[in-house]
Amino acid sequence: MSELVKYSDRVGIERSVVFMGYPLVNDPSPDQLREQNDQVLRAVRAFRDRTLSFAYLNPRHLDFSLEEFDRRVRDGPMVGIKLWTAIRCNAPELDPIIERAASLGAVIYQHTWLKITGNLPGESTPFDVAELARRHPGAPIICGHAGGDWERGIRAIRELQHVLVDVAGFDPTAGAVEMAVRELGAGRVIFGSDAGIRSFASQLGKVLGAEISETAKRQILSGNLRRLLTPILKTKGVRP
Amino acid sequence: MIVDTNVSLSRWPFRRLPADEPAKLVSTLRNRGVEQAWAGSFDGILHKDIAGVNSRLAADCRKYGNGMLLPFGSVNPKLPDWREDLRRCHEQHHMPGIRLHPNYHGYDLKDPVFAELLEAAAARRLIVQLAWCMEDERTQHPLVRVPNVELSPLPEVLRRLPALRVQILNWKTARGDEARRLASAGQVYSDFAMTENPGGIARLLKTVPLERVLFGSNFPLFYFESALLKVREAGLTSTEEQAVSRQNARRLLGPAS
Repeated sequence: MSELVKYSDRVGIERSVVFMGYPLVNDPSPDQLREQNDQVLRAVRAFRDRTLSFAYLNPRHLDFSLEEFDRRVRDGPMVGIKLWTAIRCNAPELDPIIERAASLGAVIYQHTWLKITGNLPGESTPFDVAELARRHPGAPIICGHAGGDWERGIRAIRELQHVLVDVAGFDPTAGAVEMAVRELGAGRVIFGSDAGIRSFASQLGKVLGAEISETAKRQILSGNLRRLLTPILKTKGVRP
Repeated sequence: MIVDTNVSLSRWPFRRLPADEPAKLVSTLRNRGVEQAWAGSFDGILHKDIAGVNSRLAADCRKYGNGMLLPFGSVNPKLPDWREDLRRCHEQHHMPGIRLHPNYHGYDLKDPVFAELLEAAAARRLIVQLAWCMEDERTQHPLVRVPNVELSPLPEVLRRLPALRVQILNWKTARGDEARRLASAGQVYSDFAMTENPGGIARLLKTVPLERVLFGSNFPLFYFESALLKVREAGLTSTEEQAVSRQNARRLLGPAS
């Protein structure tokens, strides 16, 4: 974590949301989920003023994930959940998790990709997020990576006003942030780095290099996530 | 100041880009401290009239930027009479080098015509830029799926051409054994347009010699700020930063730069 903070400092990133540990496991067992969430909490302990954390859950282990949510978010310091590639997010198994997260204002980050080379079996697409979001109209859902293939991903969730996209995790292709702002509004776009897979620099360059207003950049870089997280942070006594 | 060795003019075939007009490209680069940019043409990827592509590229580089843009013409050795394209790049347009897209042009590096092309370029003392890819394989247009270039045959070709200078563009995996093998096989350079992981340039420098790393942005397909911030993120020494941002490219180009 100290390495990540060092690189963050160099490019001016003040605070990061941290989730998932090592090794990367597509379909983690309950023990692996517990271990990875422990890893995250251990990692951020020394950097409380620089980090927030989300709980990694797996809807395939629904009962455990609900318990883990209570342990880490309801009763713990975490302020959101991360769902990765265990099961596509249009599956009904997600519903109890989303309902519980939404009831506490915890932010839901769902990884998505639209790979022309083929997604992993449990890997969600923005279309899956759209299905999920239609069932949960009040839930604060982030469509991770804008689907990677952002030209399709942005369109897939465009009509769902409570769904945001983050612009992390794909190449710094020019025009991506401009399209997201044009089609969704700056209030629905969130900066993410996907570090340490990606570089903070390559991802930050997307926002700083975009031809959008300075106000929009501020919203994307901090304002939008702060707005989403403020209610739950207040309940935990953490500064937004 | 910066020498950006990986810039392209004209239109990316699959979307308009915020800076795909040459005047805007030049002003964007200048505002970010670029003193020289080595420019290929996106048209060279898919067009078959490569001679026309290179003429337009040379004209645009003369017209815009007051000498900032150095043209690197395209050569497709699968087209008839490609040697004439090479000759024009060198003799007519006075280009310092050429840019190759083996994956889009349909040949691999084991193809005898690739070695023939490198030999001809070496004879003319041209720098050869070889694009490993242009974009992530996962997000390509479904009707134009192009694999990354397999570089493993390259060292054998390079050993026969010790004077040839080759730059691998957009080499996402420029680390580890393959990078070491290439660096020791010949005069191989790479940029960091697609280098990832925090501190990616500093990690790259643990594999390849400092003098072989060049500033390259893949602009305007990529946001220029991505490359610029990578230099800051890497925490390079002043010597390293100057080498990577400018001096290595100037040295590679030679006295004419």
